[in-house]
Amino acid sequence: MAARVLVGVKRVIDYAVKIRVKPDNTGVVTDGVKHSMNPFCEIAVEEAVRLKEKKLVKEVVAVSCGPQQVQETIRTALAMGADRGIHVEVSGKDYDSLGPLQVSKILAALAKKEEASLIILGKQAIDDDCNQTGQMTAALLDWPQGTFASEVAVEGDKLKVIREVDGGLETIKINLPAVVTADLRLNTPRYATLPNIMKAKKKKITNVKPGDLGVDLTSRLEVLRVDEPPQRQAGVKVETVEDLVGKLKEAGRI
Amino acid sequence: MKMKTQQTAHQLPLSTSPEVVCFAFESQKEFKEVARKFAQEEIIPVAPEYDRSGEYPFPLIRRAWELGLMNSHIPEDYGGLGLSSFDSCLITEELAYGCTGVQTAIEANSLGQMPVIIAGNEAQKKKYLGRMTEEPLMCAYCVTEPGAGSDVAGVRTRAVKKGDEYIINGQKMWITNGGKANWYFLLARTDPDPKCPASRAFTGFVIEADTPGVQPGKKEMNMGQRCSDTRGVTFEDVRIPKENVLLGEGAGFKIAMGAFDKTRPPVAAGATGLAQRALDEATKYALERKTFGRLIADHQAISFMLAEMAMKVELARLAYQRSAWEVDDGRRNTYYASIAKAYAGDIANQVATDAVQIFGGNGFNSEYPVEKLMRDAKIYQIYEGTAQIQRLIISREHLAKYKR
Repeated sequence: MAARVLVGVKRVIDYAVKIRVKPDNTGVVTDGVKHSMNPFCEIAVEEAVRLKEKKLVKEVVAVSCGPQQVQETIRTALAMGADRGIHVEVSGKDYDSLGPLQVSKILAALAKKEEASLIILGKQAIDDDCNQTGQMTAALLDWPQGTFASEVAVEGDKLKVIREVDGGLETIKINLPAVVTADLRLNTPRYATLPNIMKAKKKKITNVKPGDLGVDLTSRLEVLRVDEPPQRQAGVKVETVEDLVGKLKEAGRI
Repeated sequence: MKMKTQQTAHQLPLSTSPEVVCFAFESQKEFKEVARKFAQEEIIPVAPEYDRSGEYPFPLIRRAWELGLMNSHIPEDYGGLGLSSFDSCLITEELAYGCTGVQTAIEANSLGQMPVIIAGNEAQKKKYLGRMTEEPLMCAYCVTEPGAGSDVAGVRTRAVKKGDEYIINGQKMWITNGGKANWYFLLARTDPDPKCPASRAFTGFVIEADTPGVQPGKKEMNMGQRCSDTRGVTFEDVRIPKENVLLGEGAGFKIAMGAFDKTRPPVAAGATGLAQRALDEATKYALERKTFGRLIADHQAISFMLAEMAMKVELARLAYQRSAWEVDDGRRNTYYASIAKAYAGDIANQVATDAVQIFGGNGFNSEYPVEKLMRDAKIYQIYEGTAQIQRLIISREHLAKYKR
């Protein structure tokens, strides 16, 4: 069975924060703004820890890419039950342009280095909504993938994954090693209890540079501009159904 | 305009405000996060119902216990986390933000345990603190009587030594967790001589709640913090083994008072949590309600009220943090603890009242969250040392500095 699980955790702006675009339209305001672990990554960590509790997995390693602050996010994963953490140091311009392509290269390199046989990621991050890292990582490793997982079960040396797709639920069986991305209904992540937060202080976080993994961080994307969504326009009230039809025709909607 | 009330309370914009508190350790931020999440997601949605019914919030207490948010003062040797006063206060403020009734039920444990923590011997600590971390049990601090509140020296409950036991007779009142406690810290008079000074006349005991003769009275229906269990407790010929005496005969008064230096900072933190909640609710309302063509927050009458409420909350927070830091740093913090408790209790009442005012007619109504805050706030000027007693302490400490 899978000895080691790698779980990717991303530090993102907290879901409850009101996002503001920077005055120069190059991005969103992150200074002084509350950040926390991406909710889908929390679900990924929870799933990995549950597998360990069921003794189907020996070690859970939490990985995050970014500047010093991502250590907070790794600590949260450790407080939830991960055994140790890996902080891949990326900062400055490299961090600004860090995207799924670079992260998946990093994760693939780490998976080989750590001899992981399972990678669990959140299905997407709530800041960029890319939904690419899991898929790219699997492709780079030439591993099967079970994305949008709402249920994961170990069956011998295979994984049964129930996926949430537009038409309903799809059940697939994939060989290990594999990449799984967590969807909302996979589980409800546990709280980090205070005793576990204290224990997590003693768990180790190792620092790694992307260069050490042979990963090139150059981005193929250039952000041209970031704008707020258009302000919601006031609606128009009409008296009768005929008026409604007339207005819709006017607006070219029908 | 009727706005959504209790249901939206958990969407308060707390997480948008950058934290200005200085954290010494990263873990303090994490503790605060857990407490905040618990308060927002689990306490706030059910608090109004517990307030209405007065039912003891045991499910919430159990959850808090499971998460390690309770019994934070218990040293690691006895299964606790041994958190500093500062850490405990951070947690307390977050829980109180959710509901001070729930938080008081939890805090009463700290108050009951403190005499054992500061004065218990090894066996007593192991026995009475150890069990608190093994299951979610409650304890209580039994000092106040129908005839003696502020005047602790006026306590009449008698403890008479008979062989290897003490026989207790008396009446205690307003005991938080009185009907739910597994054990009590009890203060009783062991020296009947009225000329004997308070510093020698009283003894502190630990009493198992199921000891024959211990009779909790009915649950009292109070103005606020209604889900907290407050009762009179009668002691009729209750027999306590001498092993349950804390420190020794005659040491009770000092122990009972010594506990307060550690427990007043968290009480101040609780009052601050309530005040912060009142401020957040009022601010949110002020940014939605319109009058005379503008948001009420744009009228200076309201914005100035909010400014003053904010000033009070920030200062109360700094006060409790100072008092907690002083005791954690090993110094006697009586002066700061009293200041923090007095100030936080007073401003909690002012801020809650102002919040009701900002809500206007809606504020007076039970479907909006602020009237509960106003009712809950009042007790902060009464328990754990009344506002008047705090002023007595502060003036005494203050003048003592000049007299030297």
